[in-house]
Amino acid sequence: MKIGVDVGGTNTDAVLTDGRQVIAGVKAPTTTDVSSGIVQALQQLLGRAKVGTEAIDTVVIGTTHFTNAFVQGKGLGEVAVVRLGAPSTLALPPLCGWPERLTKCIGDYRQVVGGGHDFDGRPYAPLDERALRTVAKEIRDRGLRAAAISSVFSPVNQSFEERAAEILRDENPDLQITLSHAIGRIGLLERENAAVMNASLAEMSRHVVASFRAALDKLGITVPFYISQNDGTILDADRVAQFPVLTFASGPTNSMRGAALLSGLANSIVVDIGGTTSDVGVISNGYPRESAVAADIGGVRTNFRMPDILSLGLGGGSLVTDDAIGPRSVGHMLQQDALVFGGSTLTTTDIAVAAGQVDIGDKSLVKHLDKAMVARAIDRIHEMLDVAIDRMKTSSAPVPVVLVGGGTVLVSRKLRSASEIVIPENAGVANAMGAALAQVGGEVDQVMSYRGRKREDVLAEASDLARKRAVDAGAIASTIAIVDVEELPLAYVPGEAVRVRIKAVGDLAPQNPKGGKRKAEHAA
Amino acid sequence: MMFTRDLIEDLARGAAFLGTGGGGDPYIGSMLLKQAMRDVESIKIIGVDEVPPDALVVPSAMMGAPTVLIEKLPNGAEALQSLIEIEEAFGQKAFAVMPAEIGGLNALLPLVLAAKTGLPVVDADGMGRAFPELQMTTFHVHGQPASPISITDEHGNCVVIWSKNDLMGEKLARATVVAMGATCQMCCFAMLGKHLAECGVRGTLTAAIAIGRAIRLAREAHEDPFEALLTALRATDYYKSSYVLFDGKVADLKRETTGGFARGEVRIEAIAPFTGTMEVSFQNEHLVAKQDGVVRAIVPDLIAILDRETAEPITTEGLRYGQRVKVMGASAAPVMRSQAALDVFGPQMFGLPEPFTPVEKLQANFA
Repeated sequence: MKIGVDVGGTNTDAVLTDGRQVIAGVKAPTTTDVSSGIVQALQQLLGRAKVGTEAIDTVVIGTTHFTNAFVQGKGLGEVAVVRLGAPSTLALPPLCGWPERLTKCIGDYRQVVGGGHDFDGRPYAPLDERALRTVAKEIRDRGLRAAAISSVFSPVNQSFEERAAEILRDENPDLQITLSHAIGRIGLLERENAAVMNASLAEMSRHVVASFRAALDKLGITVPFYISQNDGTILDADRVAQFPVLTFASGPTNSMRGAALLSGLANSIVVDIGGTTSDVGVISNGYPRESAVAADIGGVRTNFRMPDILSLGLGGGSLVTDDAIGPRSVGHMLQQDALVFGGSTLTTTDIAVAAGQVDIGDKSLVKHLDKAMVARAIDRIHEMLDVAIDRMKTSSAPVPVVLVGGGTVLVSRKLRSASEIVIPENAGVANAMGAALAQVGGEVDQVMSYRGRKREDVLAEASDLARKRAVDAGAIASTIAIVDVEELPLAYVPGEAVRVRIKAVGDLAPQNPKGGKRKAEHAA
Repeated sequence: MMFTRDLIEDLARGAAFLGTGGGGDPYIGSMLLKQAMRDVESIKIIGVDEVPPDALVVPSAMMGAPTVLIEKLPNGAEALQSLIEIEEAFGQKAFAVMPAEIGGLNALLPLVLAAKTGLPVVDADGMGRAFPELQMTTFHVHGQPASPISITDEHGNCVVIWSKNDLMGEKLARATVVAMGATCQMCCFAMLGKHLAECGVRGTLTAAIAIGRAIRLAREAHEDPFEALLTALRATDYYKSSYVLFDGKVADLKRETTGGFARGEVRIEAIAPFTGTMEVSFQNEHLVAKQDGVVRAIVPDLIAILDRETAEPITTEGLRYGQRVKVMGASAAPVMRSQAALDVFGPQMFGLPEPFTPVEKLQANFA
């Protein structure tokens, strides 16, 4: 059996699954230390399911912790940003285009030093090692603990980034360094941004991953645990400690995949109604549709692959006034601030209670609300969702809409844009379900020669290798799909050399501790 | 009109559409322009008629492989150095700068130079779109020489080419760009106002802004951005015949950087109700779009690939496996479709076997 945990800003959800069957699902408040919230949720879960820890063979944790921390600029470390690129690139310095509230968190130590490669991998300027030694001393003097290093065309030639890291480490042995080529693709600004984001989260990620481990240890769960990343596949915990940025946007991916699995609908529109926002996404063949435009995270441009999500400011805690609903929300203060809980703020939850859609808190506290006003607000909520769903649709034909998240109580009637509305059982813990059933990936990233061979044959060979690696990582062969192919010709290497990156993903096979079943799945 | 900071995004998006996949990522251009306009309130945009007959107008552009520019960003001093070399060659100060190419990044770069020099920008260009080679302009078609061509790289290396004809100018410039690592900033086709009046494609800078604005306003109003885009195109002087040719998902992508160009091909599989497969081949810009082997649009008409939800134009370097896209075709300016023009930038000049057929005729045949 598997456990899926979703650590959100407000709640920590957990589910216990056997195959695609949900055995139990629970919600507990997220705690500041993260770990005690997880312990509480898992204790409840195992208690409710009456299952011992020995029956658990995998734990997958999904968390928006790092994304939220970055977007809100909370707990970010200062980062020394070092670009190897002068005299090129000076017209656009590092962090240009970042919102000021985030650059404040990152600090003002940014250096562009001599170096960089041309597209064919040859250096256009020698690496300025003397300047880097000065940078290393300044980093030490300023007491900076994290650094991001980017270099022009480092996906083609990573030697300068690696050498620069050595020089910085000579002075700063404990410096946490993120090299841009390790997480990004071609596009200097976007790759550099991702490296800076990652470095700013470096310190936090070590603590968070350690607290996950501590929580599981406390419950006596010793099996390996994983953390889900933005493409719906899992990463082992050590890698997340190093590359927290890879978990960005895993929340929407998990909730959408979870909704698809819970509803059994492989093609639908998913609306995840939370406390502050509703995320609308499209599931096609069980996978979230990917965004084609550059992903913007907290106002910073990146080139991550992200699910295509429309976020609207409508949730269970949204403020209701005469002429508007949201985007402001009481958020996790709902249980104090909403009228039905004795507070003084009119929220969408109060409207739903007043309209008789749900019975939460003390409904006598909303008896005084004007009936016509309540009806108008209910109309407006449905209208907002209709417009959002329409925008995400690929044709004008009505499609099934799956509602998940804590705010599903806001919806009481049919939506024009939907052929049907499905609220699956356990809709409140779709994120955790998506995490539990996260997939495993197999990746190929290597230089291959196209000389004397057909390109299709080379790519087929690489795809087979990626599939094999996915199977080795625990994927069921029949479920594997190729989700990403990227080719980067390396003109500086003779023999029509091309850097090929291919990613295959598939469902994680049930990991029976005795090992019998997994083998059988592979043979299939 | 006065160009202000709030128009940067509209221009970048409109220029990306007219870039037909090439012309460089306008995002870089908009970032450069934002940096340049930090202390500049506005830039003056003037019509061709406002240029005195004997005043010097200098087109400014980036030359090279767009895939390289998103990595090897400019130094920032290149364009001004190229301009100064041209002024010295002519023995005359520039009256205004202008885009040589309204498609892509090169729509924005003359404004960056204008912000630095205080010069106005002329509302015209030499293509009404983007093209990969230097001589592929209406300036050349009308016999206006590209020479002298000044080329500067980010190290400050500068080459001035005095070529006898534009094909040789392109050849020498191309060799220089490759030696400079596949990007540089150039000035060429500098000319007097009276000559520009004869050979410029007029009004394209303001047209690009209008196209970008239409997409933005539709999105803000939650309306279909493709409808808005088609309406905006049909209101222009040149891009009147415009169509959504195909709707689908990127299924394969092949590209290489050779000789300073980004060449390749993208295969798109249909999303219902469209059927079949569309293949779009490119050399920096999209050259021909074929649906199941049948030509739907061909150079010099415009072929754009856009995000199927947001109508955001996607450059060839921004294409990714699995993206959902729509392919659009639009008519080029009439001056771009003459036999003399086709002899410079028609399909045969890109080694394509198919003859040029206007997109509206192909559309009629297809439907």
